[in-house]
Amino acid sequence: MLASILTLGGIGLFAAIALGIAAKKFAVEIDPRELAILEVLPGANCGACGLPGCGGYAKSIVDGSMAPNLCTPGGSETIEKIAHIMGVEAISTDPQVAVVCCQGDNAKASLKYQYLGLEDCNAAQKIADGPKNCPGGCLGLGSCVRACPFDAIEITTEGLAVINREKCTGCQKCIVTCPRSVIKMTPLSITTHVLCNSTDKGALVRKYCQVGCIACQICKKNAPESYQIENFLARVVYEAAEGAEAVVEKCPTKCIRDFSTGYPEGSSFCAVGPVKKPEQAA
Amino acid sequence: MNLKAMDLKTFKGGLHPPDGKEFSAHKAIEICPLPEELIIPLAQHIGAPAEACVEVGALVKKGTLIAKAKGFVSAPIHASTSGEVIAIEPRLHPMGKALPAIVIKPDGEDSWDESLIGANPDELNPDELKALIQAAGIVGMGGATFPTHVKLSPPADKQIDTLILNGVECEPFLTADHRMMLENTEQILDGIDILRKVLGIERAVIGIEANKPDAIEKMTKDAASRNIEVQALEVKYPQGAEKQLIDAITGRQVPSGTLPMEVGVVVQNVGTAAAISDAVRLGRPLVERVITSTGPGIKEPKNMLVRIGTPLQFLVDHCGGLNGEPAKIIMGGPMMGQTQLSLEPPAIRGTSGLLIFRKQDLPRLEAGPCIRCGRCIGACPIHLQPTTIAAYARLDLFDEAAEYHALDCIECGCCTYICPATLPLVQSIRYAKAAIMAKKRTL
Amino acid sequence: MDNQLYLSSSPHIHSGETTDKVMRKVIYALLPATALSIYFFGLPALSVLLICTLGCMGFEALSCKLMNKPLALADGSAALTGVLLALNMPPSSAWWLALFGAAIAILIGKQVYGGLGHNPFNPALVARVVLLISFPVQMTSWTAPAPLGSGLDAITAATPLGEMKTAVMLTGKLPELAHSGFLNYLTGNMAGCLGEVSALALLLGGLYLIAKRVISWHIPVSFIGTVVVIGGIFWAVSPEKYPNPIFHLLTGGLLLGAFFMATDMVTSPVTDKGMLIFGFGCGLLTVLIRLFGGYPEGVSFAILLMNAATPLIDRFCHPRIYGQAEAKA
Repeated sequence: MLASILTLGGIGLFAAIALGIAAKKFAVEIDPRELAILEVLPGANCGACGLPGCGGYAKSIVDGSMAPNLCTPGGSETIEKIAHIMGVEAISTDPQVAVVCCQGDNAKASLKYQYLGLEDCNAAQKIADGPKNCPGGCLGLGSCVRACPFDAIEITTEGLAVINREKCTGCQKCIVTCPRSVIKMTPLSITTHVLCNSTDKGALVRKYCQVGCIACQICKKNAPESYQIENFLARVVYEAAEGAEAVVEKCPTKCIRDFSTGYPEGSSFCAVGPVKKPEQAA
Repeated sequence: MNLKAMDLKTFKGGLHPPDGKEFSAHKAIEICPLPEELIIPLAQHIGAPAEACVEVGALVKKGTLIAKAKGFVSAPIHASTSGEVIAIEPRLHPMGKALPAIVIKPDGEDSWDESLIGANPDELNPDELKALIQAAGIVGMGGATFPTHVKLSPPADKQIDTLILNGVECEPFLTADHRMMLENTEQILDGIDILRKVLGIERAVIGIEANKPDAIEKMTKDAASRNIEVQALEVKYPQGAEKQLIDAITGRQVPSGTLPMEVGVVVQNVGTAAAISDAVRLGRPLVERVITSTGPGIKEPKNMLVRIGTPLQFLVDHCGGLNGEPAKIIMGGPMMGQTQLSLEPPAIRGTSGLLIFRKQDLPRLEAGPCIRCGRCIGACPIHLQPTTIAAYARLDLFDEAAEYHALDCIECGCCTYICPATLPLVQSIRYAKAAIMAKKRTL
Repeated sequence: MDNQLYLSSSPHIHSGETTDKVMRKVIYALLPATALSIYFFGLPALSVLLICTLGCMGFEALSCKLMNKPLALADGSAALTGVLLALNMPPSSAWWLALFGAAIAILIGKQVYGGLGHNPFNPALVARVVLLISFPVQMTSWTAPAPLGSGLDAITAATPLGEMKTAVMLTGKLPELAHSGFLNYLTGNMAGCLGEVSALALLLGGLYLIAKRVISWHIPVSFIGTVVVIGGIFWAVSPEKYPNPIFHLLTGGLLLGAFFMATDMVTSPVTDKGMLIFGFGCGLLTVLIRLFGGYPEGVSFAILLMNAATPLIDRFCHPRIYGQAEAKA
């Protein structure tokens, strides 16, 4: 009995001493600021900052190779905390979220062909440039859903991708994956957007989509500062978007959406009001 | 003739889908009439698209040069009939999008260009013969459309000793080469003689699958006096794939990542050989080819001599029309052919067949999980592991896919055909190949 | 207007052989053995079969619902697991034993890993081994065969392997076996699990599967071959201590294991070379456990251990690709 107590105790003591010596001898010098920043970062390893992991980003901030305000998923709170750790001014950015600029689901936009094969937008795009007649429209096969690390995207039953503005952290992984470049970054504080991505002439758009922008210019005529028409496609001017909601009703194809009234048809997400812009640091 | 007594050669792997040849194998080649307009795309071959050298309004004859080759790996394009160039504009191409094409309205005469004169191959040297082949716009007629003059110009350090003629036609439903071997035997054999002269070699072997005993008999008989061998091959898909054909006939394997010239072999389709004979002896460029229009979706399947640029709709109209609502329109065979958006695109140089399936002819496809049965590995003629490559492709792990030799895949479709889970293996592997090649280009 | 034409990547035809057809063929191959087991062991056998099969299908449906996945019953794999599990149970198994086994097989053996195609271990064997270790008494209570219509009651009896192990441990020598004789072993007139009985029925089923190309010959041949050869070597060295190789072949779960359990595609290697190694490993472990291990039968453990080695075997057994020998580095 005594022998076993002594033996095990001896082994334990020896192991503790060995580990303690090793911890001191082989310790890696880490700047304590790096550990503090790592604590504060969200830990999603999403890649929005440009590096594959939060650990790498913490290191880059401390050695000065990257700016401290690149973590969009962390938001302004994280940026302020990092700035505090590094002893610099917090340069906060207006949070940006992704929006799928399309409302042409299977009920509203016509198909170029019936697609059979891998449920992947990039794979489908390789076959005759994708199964939608609209060259810029959402294919609805879900590549963005799989790319999103935050579960912020859903595909409606009629095959349209919709992004939840509250869950989206602006990491841009969906934008990188989408073969049609139909997802765009927009300021979180602005809720009115033109949900169309087609630069075809109005007459052609009408042939393949009921809710596509036909560049009729009605929005611009009614709110000249808030809208701009380029390449037969209207878009909201974010710097002067105050008048944009007022003309949503006037759009003949209903391609302009005010997210504070609701998400596109078929989506399960609930409407969310406008988010205040963050206070700019003095 | 007793095929069992003959030494049937083959390769390891592959499988045997139902033939489908009974629809048209016994039907002699008919001449397809002139359509309302011929749509001749500028991109019909591997390499740079040709550049138009005629203007709208120009009057052309059959065989007149209408587009020049761009660079060495390219081919010139000629008018398929006499008439007027009414447009040079983007038109729906078999690739699935609108691409530049020269549109000709036939004048009904179908008269050949008088400047085209034939020559006697015995009086020409190899380089002169090759120049004629290049000027005639000859490209691989098996479907690959690789410019033939490039294939016939291996670098000096590659010693060629064997010419193999591909009379295999392993794709189900297609019978164009079969009929050509029966009806245009002399042209094919003459083309082989010309090819041997260009390459400066003696040995020529024609590979024919055992499901064409009449073609084997005819070719053997006619080739006997010309020192051309005929090798009967076991009926197995994809025996007609270049690498498998070389393996079966010569026992040599083309090293991974290289071309057949590496093992001293050049392979040509029998249709290409016939086109070469016409190009040299009659001065005629490649403006028409035999196409099998077939499938359960067509009322009267046929083999027709079709002018390049004839819309697919016209082919169907001259085969008794559609037999029910079409679900898939395939240019080529069912294993490697390309599905079409409509019957609007034209037949081009690489079109060996038009295959139409109705909804009831399509397989039931509900992809389930891979059950690791290994059938794809057994069927792959390159002995790859398709399920593993596809799994990596689906996860976007392209380096790992490359490690499993994704680039060696010949996209024959055997793996997908046999997969019990009906996984789209070829599509995933193609996706991986494209990503790997794109990555290589950026390095 | 939507274009109704279908576009897809090639190929555009398919062999028509689908997963559910494969599973169905395996069930057909098991019918002779199943029918004979009901003949020899009567209604208890039938109830075990039904509870296992329906139980497996029920648990699969339940787990699909709980995990919000589409119902996968149509592929037939749950039903097959149920039949195989039943054939691995003693004929006198209580209903709760069979049901518990079904739950383990599907929920722990398969669904927890992600469903069909993702499990590393044979689900039916996982269940059998869990039951064997948790309920050793119930899982080793054998009854002598009481053929339907013979009027015999079920009486407890030992399996040939069980008798052998007990005798060798007690006396160091092979015993005189009850119900012995090769005719009995071939037809199934001996005690054992439902599926261990008729060697002839199992062999027929196995050959049917090979002929229909559902499985390849590599695993059965290397598994059985290894057992016969290594068992034979031991027997040649000391015939009074070790049974002869034909005994090994016809008793216990070897034939069931070699043709139906080890050949489970999901848990065995994908290449021919890998399959041969896998079969050899199974055979070696089976003989060692039978002759020197604590349990009388080693097939289940051998197969599970080799299942664990399958990823490693697959990693090192790649087929030589076309043109590789001469490929430049």
